[in-house]
Amino acid sequence: MTDQLSRVFAALADPTRRDMVVRLTEADHTVSDLAAPYDVSLQAVSKHLKVLQEAGLVTRSRDAQRRPVHLEAEVFDLMTKWIERYRRQAEERFSRLDAVMARLQDTETEAIPQSQEGTAS
Amino acid sequence: MTTIQNPQTRYPEAAILADEHVPAVHIWRDFDATPQQLMRAHTDPDLFVQWIGPDSLTTHIDHWDCRTLGSYRYVAARDGEEYAFRGTFPSVGEDRIVQTFTWEGMPDAVALETLTFEDLGEGRTRLHAFSLCDSFEGRDAMLSSGMDVGLREGYAKLDRLLTGGSL
Repeated sequence: MTDQLSRVFAALADPTRRDMVVRLTEADHTVSDLAAPYDVSLQAVSKHLKVLQEAGLVTRSRDAQRRPVHLEAEVFDLMTKWIERYRRQAEERFSRLDAVMARLQDTETEAIPQSQEGTAS
Repeated sequence: MTTIQNPQTRYPEAAILADEHVPAVHIWRDFDATPQQLMRAHTDPDLFVQWIGPDSLTTHIDHWDCRTLGSYRYVAARDGEEYAFRGTFPSVGEDRIVQTFTWEGMPDAVALETLTFEDLGEGRTRLHAFSLCDSFEGRDAMLSSGMDVGLREGYAKLDRLLTGGSL
């Protein structure tokens, strides 16, 4: 299972693929639609799509002739939720560090009454 | 490492990136403090223990020798549950700390963390934490928050999604 998870993280780590995913959140697109804004070959776009497909992030319908690319929003949401939770935990830690920094600066200001930060006050 | 950064980017809140090429996580965060002050908060155990958290746990330092070739161990506890973390410091410089990091619940999984404090001027500093794990599996376990039960639920849910035939 973690192999799958790794593939999703790897798929989303690339800026072009992230951009493709963002566009797919709005609507399904054909491969040529998806490729249009990028200055890369259709093969390169297909390669990116293959990575997204193997990660389970996108699917392509078999029946329709245009075979539009469809975002599997549930998988995408799950991944972003996990990363967001990890980020939030880091942010909580850094907020506490902010408070420690503020206290440290107060102590330093008290300890060194002669200011070294410019002349105006 | 191909981390393209826009020089205009500011990180008033933590930003995170799972690396594509190696099993690593990047975190960036800007502080209203000098690199020296941030170094102190990371190297002085009395300051470190005040913020490492999490809030729901009480952390105490068991061993602390934060200098090149030193080591550390601290324990976070709540209602008799204890989570111990330990590691060594391969290198402690003026604005950079390299340390290994291990949760004793999985003692074989050793991460290598590099913390860099970049002076942004005007009393502001950017912290960049680069955590390199020994496998993508380990990195992803860390990202999905190791000891939390939410992880198991998350895996179970993803399992269901992936084996449900819809993908």
